[in-house]
Amino acid sequence: MLAAALAEVPALPLHTAGKYVAGAYIVLFVLVLIYVAIMAIRLSRIERDLGELLSVSESAAPDGPPPAPASPASHDPDRESAPA
Amino acid sequence: MEAQSRRVAGSSETKNRRRDGAVMYGRGLPTLSIATVVAIAVSLSLVFFYAPLEAEQGFLQKIFYVHVPLAIIALCGFVLGGLLAIQHLRTRDPRWDMRSYVVIHMSLIFAVGTLITGSIWAKGSWGHWWVWSEPTLVSFLIVFLLYATYQPLRFAIEDPERQSRYASVFAITAGAFVPANFIAVRLSTAYLHPRVLGSTSNLPASMALTFLVSLGALSLLFATLCKYELTAKHTRSQIRALRRRLDGGDAGAPARARSAVPSLQHLTTSGAGPVVSAPAAGSSAR
Repeated sequence: MLAAALAEVPALPLHTAGKYVAGAYIVLFVLVLIYVAIMAIRLSRIERDLGELLSVSESAAPDGPPPAPASPASHDPDRESAPA
Repeated sequence: MEAQSRRVAGSSETKNRRRDGAVMYGRGLPTLSIATVVAIAVSLSLVFFYAPLEAEQGFLQKIFYVHVPLAIIALCGFVLGGLLAIQHLRTRDPRWDMRSYVVIHMSLIFAVGTLITGSIWAKGSWGHWWVWSEPTLVSFLIVFLLYATYQPLRFAIEDPERQSRYASVFAITAGAFVPANFIAVRLSTAYLHPRVLGSTSNLPASMALTFLVSLGALSLLFATLCKYELTAKHTRSQIRALRRRLDGGDAGAPARARSAVPSLQHLTTSGAGPVVSAPAAGSSAR
């Protein structure tokens, strides 16, 4: 299937200018990749901050209603929240 | 305790703002991201398998399908940043300042891409990475260096109110310089640099279509990255506001660390409307 598709695709003249064209498109790809990596770092920082805030809010409520029992089902997003 | 939990949960105004979509920067982001990926895939397919080879430059001309759109979007982004800054000065709404900042920031990244891809093309075509006698190259470098001072300018001013005001003035002035610079280069006599945009009408239909699709795809990429940036910055400011509230309100909150990033603290702490002229809470005004 892939071989048949490649046979239909016209051959690219990569002999002389190929490295320059590849370099230009790789630059764009790398820039986007760097940005995605930066966003991933930021996301992990946000996750850490939210975790800290959650622990602060739990410690700031000693006389409040007791927290719900930490059953595995309540923390596992993949499991159904309502019993069958 | 009840009051605190109510504050943490957010006021009704805050909820309304979230429901009406005014500050939900992440809304529509998945759709935009998918559209961007599809558009870039279509664009690359057209570039390499549909557009014919150019008679003089051959395969090297394929660089223009990424280089020219990057340059156009970067320059338009700089101008757009100026327009958003005008809106900020008119309304004093810090969200316009944030949008202007993000657009200029992203345009600067696209300008880096323009310079690098242009240098690669120059090496392949002219045999040199850079030609100082070429006005298009040098003028773009000047614009890039001008906007490279935007972040240091912001960082140099500690008071958020003054910082946003001065940055807006800079963005407007530099944004007006961009088209003036572009026209001046167009009027110059040296024509070493190819005029791709000016000769779009003379392009074969397949090349023009490929160029326009590439321009659209990279514009979508620009919009998506800006939206990601806005969403991330807004989320960070919301977390900071939540932390201040959990720490016992604004009175005991630490002063905001010096940053080049615009402050949205006014909006996230008070839940007030868009017009804000007071300095940010916790900022150390000079």
